[in-house]
Amino acid sequence: MTALAQADAESGTSRSPYFEPEHEMLREQIRRFVEDEVKPHGLAWEEQGFTPREILLRMGELGFLGIRYPAEYGGSELDTLATVVLAEELGRSTFSGFAITALVHTDMASVHIAHAGSQAQKDAHMADIVAGRKICAVAVTEPGAGSDVKGIRTRARRDGDAYVLDGSKIYITNGVLADLYCVAAKTGGEGERPSRSVSMFLVEKGTPGLRVGRALDKHGWRSSDTAELFFENCRVPAANLLGEEGHGFYAIMRNFQNERTVIGAMAMGEAQAAIDLTLDWLTSRQAFGEPLWAKGAIRQRMAMLQSKVEAGRQLVYHAAWLDARGADATREVSMVKAYCGDLVNEVMAACLQFHGGLGFMRESTIERMARDARVQSIGGGATEVMLEEVAKRMGR
Amino acid sequence: MKVLVPVKRVIDYNVKVRVKADGSGVELANVKMSMNPFDEIAVEEAIRLKEKGKATEIIAVSIGPQQAQETIRTALAMGADRGILVKVDGTVEPLAVAKILKGVVDEENPDLVILGKQAIDDDCNQTGQMLAALLGWPQGTFASKVEPGDGSVDVTREVDGGLQTVSLKMPAVVTTDLRLNEPRYASLPNIMKAKKKPIAEKTAADYGVDPAPRLTVLKTVEPGGRKAGVKVGSAGELVEKLKNEAAVI
Ligand SMILES: Cc1cc2nc3c(=O)[nH]c(=O)nc-3n(C[C@H](O)[C@H](O)[C@H](O)COP(=O)(O)OP(=O)(O)OC[C@H]3O[C@@H](n4cnc5c(N)ncnc54)[C@H](O)[C@@H]3O)c2cc1C
Repeated sequence: MTALAQADAESGTSRSPYFEPEHEMLREQIRRFVEDEVKPHGLAWEEQGFTPREILLRMGELGFLGIRYPAEYGGSELDTLATVVLAEELGRSTFSGFAITALVHTDMASVHIAHAGSQAQKDAHMADIVAGRKICAVAVTEPGAGSDVKGIRTRARRDGDAYVLDGSKIYITNGVLADLYCVAAKTGGEGERPSRSVSMFLVEKGTPGLRVGRALDKHGWRSSDTAELFFENCRVPAANLLGEEGHGFYAIMRNFQNERTVIGAMAMGEAQAAIDLTLDWLTSRQAFGEPLWAKGAIRQRMAMLQSKVEAGRQLVYHAAWLDARGADATREVSMVKAYCGDLVNEVMAACLQFHGGLGFMRESTIERMARDARVQSIGGGATEVMLEEVAKRMGR
Repeated sequence: MKVLVPVKRVIDYNVKVRVKADGSGVELANVKMSMNPFDEIAVEEAIRLKEKGKATEIIAVSIGPQQAQETIRTALAMGADRGILVKVDGTVEPLAVAKILKGVVDEENPDLVILGKQAIDDDCNQTGQMLAALLGWPQGTFASKVEPGDGSVDVTREVDGGLQTVSLKMPAVVTTDLRLNEPRYASLPNIMKAKKKPIAEKTAADYGVDPAPRLTVLKTVEPGGRKAGVKVGSAGELVEKLKNEAAVI
């Protein structure tokens, strides 16, 4: 060991080149918060089908909802790596429905206001967003278009100093309980290039013509509310346009980079938590006169999964680091989403298998985690779509 | 009123401690370290005194390696005003810590020193008492309530069979028990603010203390595994076993 390595080892601190002491302190605080204020209540939230507002307000109080946002709104102006810490630690909670509720708000929806919002829009909402007083949703996906964002059909028609929205959205996280919806709609006329015909709008809860349809009944993420939304002659002031008309597609693509990094980090947090709790089970469960952990086939499989999760986590950190430096990380972020989204499912399948019959029971944590993980290779960019992005950037 | 809060960097309470292969101590390499939980309670109590308008300044002091600075940062992020790091590598025994703290007290003149009743690594439960003796100050140990008055402080202590309240003339030494309070989180904005709070760096020599250990550790071993229990059929059998097998009555 070199002197440097020796010092690192003795210091017991992170040996990662990516993280500063404040990242580590943030991680410590979030981990404690998850242990004390999330885990004891998670099952009740799963039952009721949503995460209560109080916990989001509490996260606001602790500064967890404003990690990257300007100090004038109560934010802490940290970087992508701090966001990754948040996502990873919330993923470790084993309640991903809770985690996604918070992360859609912080990193997938409110980013549309923070990045493209006018001064007036930001002044009106950002402080409340950071405090958890206003919760955000992002509505892009429609019954007829998911992966293919340009294929959306919801239209926004200019009418005087207003836009009138018509159409519907589906699978919208926080769709039932949000206060602010960032909605993608078509604005371009006939013949407009598809990539130039999408715009983003801020629609506040209670706007006439916005109707929240049913809360959707899901395979997993049951403590997250997911809705179908209808826009019927829904008038919003022209001032509610987010960014420029026709620039929505680019905004969505830009914010997808962050969303995918966050989903990757969350997935690696979930996978690590599953490995940890499975290890506890394997070392105590006896079969054939010894703990299951003594079985070569099990040890080898778990060791390989731990290795992959370590690799996935480092790829997430690397992508986040590139992003924090302002570099284009589309290739790495696409790899993160494809790799981590699939890997978390591979981990859950093995961990559930090694739980035996217990893994099939609703009362076991791994059963819930396996259901929760399923969407990680679908939402925010399906694995196949992500791999196309990687493939496009290969060999040239 | 100035409050001094010593904070120790210890193995995190969640870590399963393992003995080093050569038995020379416990494994510290790549182990998560945190602030001693009793010290977190001490920091919290000091902050509450400040919030009530009783304390005016809180100084967090740590004696340990360079990384103990992170422990001080945590105290600063919770709400302490400034820090002092007394850099000492290797084991520092309670008496050496108490001597160094006496040096810090002589320099800073606090009205109150609030320490954890013990550190969860070696569980010595000595430093507060030794410090009070070296300073010739009154001490209130195992505090479950701290109520400063005019020039004095009432400390409710958890003792066998109940609570005892002692009134100490200040300056005084108080050590915290588990039920004194529940330490707050360091919010992210406060973590960021703490980066700008000053931490002074000192050495043991600055206080004229030789921190070399006076004790020698002969060996460190894992505790033996617990034996399986037995179910007894009757009270009579229990008494019989306690008498003849366990030989405790
Ligand atoms: C629980 C949940 C929460 C969600 N939250 C939100 C939200 O808050 N806001 C929002 O806007 N959306 C949300 N979504 C929608 C999500 O982003 C989409 O489901 C996802 O983008 C896939 O779109 P789709 O469902 O229309 O599938 P489709 O686009 O119809 O694709 C179906 C499948 O075909 C395959 N496929 C698609 N394209 C290709 C291709 N080019 N090459 C090869 N194979 C391909 C993939 O396997 C994909 O899973 C959520 C979805 C779920 C399930």
